[in-house]
Amino acid sequence: MAFSLTGIHLPHRKNTIKQPLAVMSAPQSVAIPMSMHIGRPAVPTVKVGDTVKVGTKIGDANGKISACVFSSVSGKVIKLSEYLGSDGSVTTAVVIESDGEMTIDPEIARPVVNNREELVSAIRESGIVGLGGAGFPTHVKLDVDPSKIEYLIINGAECEPYITSDSVTMMTKADDMKYALLELNRLIGIGKVIIGIENNKKEAIASMKEMASSIKDFQVTVRALRTLYPQGGEKVLVYHTTGRKIPTGKLPIDVGCVVLNCTTLAAIGAYLKTGMPLVEKCVTVEGGAVKNPQNVLARIGTSLQDLFEFCGGLTEQPTKIIYGGPMMGITVPNADYPLLSNTNAVLALTAKEAWLPKTTACIRCGTCVNTCPFGLAPANIAEAYEKKDTDALEELSITTCMECGCCSFVCPSNRPLAQINRLSKQLLKEKKREEKKS
Amino acid sequence: MNNLTKVMAAPHIHSGRYTAGIMRDVLISLLPATVAGVIIFGMRALLVIAVCLVCSIGFEAVFNLITKKSQTVSDLSAAVTGLLLALNLPANIPVWQCVVGSLFAIVVVKCLFGGIGNNLVNPAITARVFMLVAFGSLTTAAFPVDAVAGATPLAAEQMPSLMTLFLGNYGGSIGETCTAALFLGGIYLLARRVITWHIPTVFIGTVFVFSYITEGFDLVSALGFTMAGGLFIGAIFMATDYVTSPFTAWGKVIFGIGAGFLTCMIRYFGIYPEGVSFAILFMNILNPYINRLTRHKIFASGGTSL
Repeated sequence: MAFSLTGIHLPHRKNTIKQPLAVMSAPQSVAIPMSMHIGRPAVPTVKVGDTVKVGTKIGDANGKISACVFSSVSGKVIKLSEYLGSDGSVTTAVVIESDGEMTIDPEIARPVVNNREELVSAIRESGIVGLGGAGFPTHVKLDVDPSKIEYLIINGAECEPYITSDSVTMMTKADDMKYALLELNRLIGIGKVIIGIENNKKEAIASMKEMASSIKDFQVTVRALRTLYPQGGEKVLVYHTTGRKIPTGKLPIDVGCVVLNCTTLAAIGAYLKTGMPLVEKCVTVEGGAVKNPQNVLARIGTSLQDLFEFCGGLTEQPTKIIYGGPMMGITVPNADYPLLSNTNAVLALTAKEAWLPKTTACIRCGTCVNTCPFGLAPANIAEAYEKKDTDALEELSITTCMECGCCSFVCPSNRPLAQINRLSKQLLKEKKREEKKS
Repeated sequence: MNNLTKVMAAPHIHSGRYTAGIMRDVLISLLPATVAGVIIFGMRALLVIAVCLVCSIGFEAVFNLITKKSQTVSDLSAAVTGLLLALNLPANIPVWQCVVGSLFAIVVVKCLFGGIGNNLVNPAITARVFMLVAFGSLTTAAFPVDAVAGATPLAAEQMPSLMTLFLGNYGGSIGETCTAALFLGGIYLLARRVITWHIPTVFIGTVFVFSYITEGFDLVSALGFTMAGGLFIGAIFMATDYVTSPFTAWGKVIFGIGAGFLTCMIRYFGIYPEGVSFAILFMNILNPYINRLTRHKIFASGGTSL
């Protein structure tokens, strides 16, 4: 590898790694949105009054890039409510009142898979999506020409502050991960496996090394990476583990790589062993406002309020509630929102933690320019965006931006540079669409 | 939970480093030079510093009031401009000239172009050049060392000793003579990561190498030319001004070489004794072009963004 990309040193605040994983029993009711993934929302297959069990399908994947949704409790469907997603789209959420029995759907059985096609359709029926936060349907990632796969890269970087759920998964679910790797190798042929982990997670690295050494049929290496945000960014990880650059607009498979989050891999293993679809999730519940921060194994659809209460409640009114980490996470306006399948952390930050300086004029210090891992010039992009100059935005390669947020984090004038980048991409997209029309 | 929490775009945390903090660091880094200036040139120097500081801050406040812009005085950038301007003036300068200089720096160079971040050239440098041109004889008379260095550069026997140049006990502007104090301030700025090493090192290095060659490879003489005049204060504190210097390391290197080269050219061939201010001013004007030519290579976008 010639060069290492730049990045930023963040406060780790990964205190929950020392706490044991707490298992939360089913709440009184769960609300499960039909869109917890990238792509089209699932279509509800149940109606009000239906009885469901743990693992019963309640939403069917709609089209190729979509995912199935399953009930996480046994009970009765009491409502199909409107759900305002983080992207502003409105979909349906199936609200299920738990009967407290947690009866498992009798149809759940270990899937029989003997070739790649069967594996892809089985994964499609598992509801597994990218569990690192992105939520890209996993079956789509695996539905590629196997001869193109040279590397399977397992993302255990976990570079955002607070979050430890991936580490906990690597420390406790190594068996599931190993089973998934063996099956993926048997059914697809995955080439070399590289597990990338930031070097501040000693226990996770040890656990993965032990797992890797027990696999003899193919090469599995554990790579300890520099602790430097955004190490877990897909392109950053691929570059730092293989030296390959994914060009703007291309996918990892275009450079011979498939990237899976470590928790996704564990979920694949668990599903192939038991046939139980994705109904529960290990999530880090953290932030200064949470009384007992810890990792919780909770049912998907559990409200954040229930999660906080399980963790001893909130000690003060949080300034922000975030799905995911503080760098790329998404805020919600209250704690009524449910735990999603791709939620790796729920943070309740105090005013002090979420402190931001006043936004003032750009002083052209160039810190954003010298911090961007991809060498973009956010200060210039912001200028171009202000003028709505789409040619300049294109010249500045705005579509290369991965929205990691480093530029905003370091800006001494606290300018919302990452958000301006998002808006700039949107502006360019709209311009392109108009050009196509005319 | 009835109270709504804040909803906004990521990221939700900040490095904690903000504009006023950076400006405060610059003020702290100028303290040694300020103290040295007052010790060397006496209480008159303190008066000049006070007038420039008060006028600079005052003019910015008044301008913001009149134009109904939000108040920017608390970002401390006006204070930095005022202090830098004062340190670039001789202690015996009339007070009214300090007032006019501050007015020019803050209102004409900075505020009229849109305030902090929008000025094309460094306010303190430009005001100093303006004063040199407008009040010529007075300002020139205050640079005895540069008169030697510039007009007859080879008259080395009139050059103060290296130790004198290092400690600053000779004629010149309030803040430019004590190289030791300026060096100390520069180390502070580097340690606090307010500036990078590129511009000061390359700027001073270029002048040193040029002087070394033209002085017939005489080390003492070359060091003398490097430490005399406004080179250190210019290279460490003025040329590194964020707004008017390049973003990237290569840009900064080009900026430093250009400023160093121009300084030498003006010192040797120009009609003015000192070239640092003119050199920085000229490079300020070239800055947008340097920035454009030295953008980072973008990761796998298929080439540079140019």
